[in-house]
Amino acid sequence: MGILEVTNVNKRFGGLQALGDVNLDIPAGTVHAIIGPNGAGKSTLLNVLVGKLIPDTGTVMFDGKPVLGRKPYEINQMGISRVFQTPEIFSDLTVFENMLIPCFAKRDGSFRMHALESMAREKDIIGKAEHMLSDVNMIDKRNMVASSLSRGDKRRLEMAMCLVQEPKLLLLDEPTAGMARADTNNTIELLKEIHASREITMVIIEHDMHVVFSLAKRITVLAQGTPLVEDTPENIKGHPKVKEAYLGEAA
Amino acid sequence: MLGLSKKDTFFFLFVVFLTMATPIILQPFPEGSALAQFNAGYPDLMQRFAIYGIFAIGFNILFGLTGYLSFGHAAFLGVGSYSVVWMYKLLNYNVVPGLVLAIITSGLFALLIGYISLRRSGIYFSILTLAFAQMSFNLAYSVLTPLTNGETGLQVYNDDPQILLGANHPLGPHFFGIVMQDSAKINVGGWQWTFNNGYYFCAIIAVIAFYLSLRIFRSPFGTMLRAIKTNQTRMNYTGLNPRPYTLAAFVISGMYAGLAGGLLAAMDPLAGAERMQWTASGEVVLMTILGGAGTLMGPVLGAGFIKYFENIFSKINDGILHHWFSALPDGVEEFLVFIFHPFIGKGWSLTLGLLFMLVVIFLPGGLIEGGRRLGNLFTGKSRKPTTPAKDPEHHPKPAPHVA
Amino acid sequence: MDALILQILNGLDKGSAYALIALGLTLIFGTLGVVNFAHGALFMIGAFCAVTLQRILTLSYTVEDPTRTDFLGNPLKVDTPYVVHWFGDSIGHGIIEWAVPLAILFAIPVMLLLGYAMERGLIKHFYKRPHADQILVTFGLAIVLQEIIKLFYGANPIPTPAPDAFKGSIDFGVMIGFAANAIIYPAWRLVYFLFATVIIGAVFAFLQFTTFGMVVRAGMADRETVGLLGINIDKRFTIMFGIAAAVAGLAGVMYAPINSPNYHMGMDFLVLSFVVVVVGGMGSLPGAVLAGFLLGVLESFASMNEVKSLLPGIDQIIIYLVAIIILLTRPRGLMGRKGVMEE
Repeated sequence: MGILEVTNVNKRFGGLQALGDVNLDIPAGTVHAIIGPNGAGKSTLLNVLVGKLIPDTGTVMFDGKPVLGRKPYEINQMGISRVFQTPEIFSDLTVFENMLIPCFAKRDGSFRMHALESMAREKDIIGKAEHMLSDVNMIDKRNMVASSLSRGDKRRLEMAMCLVQEPKLLLLDEPTAGMARADTNNTIELLKEIHASREITMVIIEHDMHVVFSLAKRITVLAQGTPLVEDTPENIKGHPKVKEAYLGEAA
Repeated sequence: MLGLSKKDTFFFLFVVFLTMATPIILQPFPEGSALAQFNAGYPDLMQRFAIYGIFAIGFNILFGLTGYLSFGHAAFLGVGSYSVVWMYKLLNYNVVPGLVLAIITSGLFALLIGYISLRRSGIYFSILTLAFAQMSFNLAYSVLTPLTNGETGLQVYNDDPQILLGANHPLGPHFFGIVMQDSAKINVGGWQWTFNNGYYFCAIIAVIAFYLSLRIFRSPFGTMLRAIKTNQTRMNYTGLNPRPYTLAAFVISGMYAGLAGGLLAAMDPLAGAERMQWTASGEVVLMTILGGAGTLMGPVLGAGFIKYFENIFSKINDGILHHWFSALPDGVEEFLVFIFHPFIGKGWSLTLGLLFMLVVIFLPGGLIEGGRRLGNLFTGKSRKPTTPAKDPEHHPKPAPHVA
Repeated sequence: MDALILQILNGLDKGSAYALIALGLTLIFGTLGVVNFAHGALFMIGAFCAVTLQRILTLSYTVEDPTRTDFLGNPLKVDTPYVVHWFGDSIGHGIIEWAVPLAILFAIPVMLLLGYAMERGLIKHFYKRPHADQILVTFGLAIVLQEIIKLFYGANPIPTPAPDAFKGSIDFGVMIGFAANAIIYPAWRLVYFLFATVIIGAVFAFLQFTTFGMVVRAGMADRETVGLLGINIDKRFTIMFGIAAAVAGLAGVMYAPINSPNYHMGMDFLVLSFVVVVVGGMGSLPGAVLAGFLLGVLESFASMNEVKSLLPGIDQIIIYLVAIIILLTRPRGLMGRKGVMEE
């Protein structure tokens, strides 16, 4: 019984079978990567997991509860956080304000609004946000407007915003896409650190094999919407089917 | 003090001072001098400053913070006015029941319209609100005539019940006996200052409205609203449903508009459907943009600016123009009068439209942003990326003393 | 039955106007991605093209007619239009009488030029700005245009009659086999409907059968890809803006005899045309036309006395009501494409 169970998920777009009989069982505390060539259905699968797309058939269970049919914000409240390919942050707000939002979301949900309360009185929330910023080494940038951050820092901020909510599952959509090698390595280190210190389950969708093999404990290879094979990184590397479907053309 | 930071308290007290001293500040020129026509310390005009200031402050809570552009806020203005006049007709000329009713009805109305309109965003939201407002306007003119008195407009008649009207009660809008249209005139030197009850009534309410908006801007709620404007996707994936927030902002701004509409009727006991027309909605949008959407003071400045120039421009006629340019050679004089003629008097709308375009094209941040740029110019700061945040006092001061 | 047909006919002329304006709006939106609040003003300016031509044609000089005297005994002063002077009595008066249809020729270059100037001078700079800014700046422009017209033509509606040949009514019922006088319909409105059909057909044919139209349609579907092919989309889009302006203008020209032009007619039609676009589906040309006629007819039905006695005031709000329901249940509109203006 894993923390995330995907059973027989199918999704068609017109004549295109985007996902066909996808089954996944991801145990808690692991780092699981989903790889596959372009158009293999990775993003579709991710969008199903976060509630943006509803599949034609199948079930998705998270922590023993059904995920499908819930809105993205409800799924987040169940403990699933998502990091986007291009960091989704509140770019007009300061770094610190960016951190406050997830803290309030976690504590108050969507209906307790504090319309007349002074921000300065929210001491525990402020403390939490500052603590998290220190953890990701961004406390000195707290008053910068988020849009002026470097790409790497935006990624860092987005992760901090996810982590401060203490999610049980972190979904990462190509977290190093478009990054320079050095930034990529930094991100890998950051993710390793996060995983080591927090025991969060992570599901990574990634193109970059270097990232995948540095992080993942298990890998699922997706091709034409169907899982081809699921195994440890060592076995995946030498797997003939994988080479044929993916590595062959990518390399 | 008052739950505000030190800086905000100072800022707020400054606003209070300006508001209270308005009758003096807006009369800079002595009576009878050539420049007296530029004075703005008339009760009627000052009341409009305060009332439209409230309208714009409320609109800014929706548009400035969340970015949802409503083209239907005039509907709430109209609802507010009708509510107040109905209370005159049923009870008596005391404005308090009417204003309370105005806030309640416009709030409920905003809840209904907002609940439906906010299911869409962007341009669809604008068109939905526009459709609702236009619908209300059409209804006010047709079927709802028993409630609105159609084209004539709603007013108090002698045979109205006015059940609470006592023998010695004033026969015009009043606040527990303080009659709105009464003024005290004080002459000092060549200056004449008019201290009008109605103005001070509106001003005190405007100050309270401003205070509440200041609190909202500084609250977690205000930060949430700005977050919604910036990135709804992240909002959703942070476990927040943006809709309750936007709906709350919509209702609050609707209540502000209703209060402003109510005050219009509290100053002048009339209510007409033209107050609900979409050009009136456009006007409040312009006030907010012109001053600076998303800033605290901007909308108030914008409202004052537009109402002041509306008044001035409408008063100027060709005779005055000729007088101004009389020192110039005849040909030049005629030419200048010819050039300015379309923009004055009844041409105010043309000026307004042009102003609208110019502000959106050249000064999307509004007057506040313009002032800041000018300030930067003078203090010699380079024009390199100032933070895109709209106004310096906008952000809660990070509290270094905590944690 | 005859009453129903009459209502449908009654709805067609307004529906035609909605459809023509909405067609231009959605064309501009689909190609340029701009929400044009000044489109109603273009319709209004079209109507004033008719007024202007009528005024130009009736420009007169005054002569004294020695054979007749006025009531003071002085020689009677007679205004004679130059046109009459030049072309003789019958042709001259004929030309004046046909001012409105002739104004089509006058309006086409004016509107194309105006559209071109608007796009190059203003709209172009707003492609990358948020929709709110586009709305606001074109809203400002709409006010400016309508105030300028007011400045020159005053605030009162200006009667602009149709040619005598179309002034009366025709018994439409007899033509389709009903009793005489069952369906009486003003001739000019029928002309308007036919005119609108021709224009709509022409626009569609243009987009369907010319290379230019093909590129524009491809651009509407996917601007970036077409741009990558090395085709200068912007230039074509500018021309498209001019055409959209001309369509709105022509709709206005021919509408002048139906409703005496006034300076705020643009705003009145604009709000409704927006609703039409939304109902039809943002960016869908057939949707705009369909919704235009549909709402026109619906409005006409709602203003039947039988309906009004059942639901008072329904004629005032029916269009908005339909729009609200459509927007909430089918956000893409009747024929909207996926992905247009969705988050």
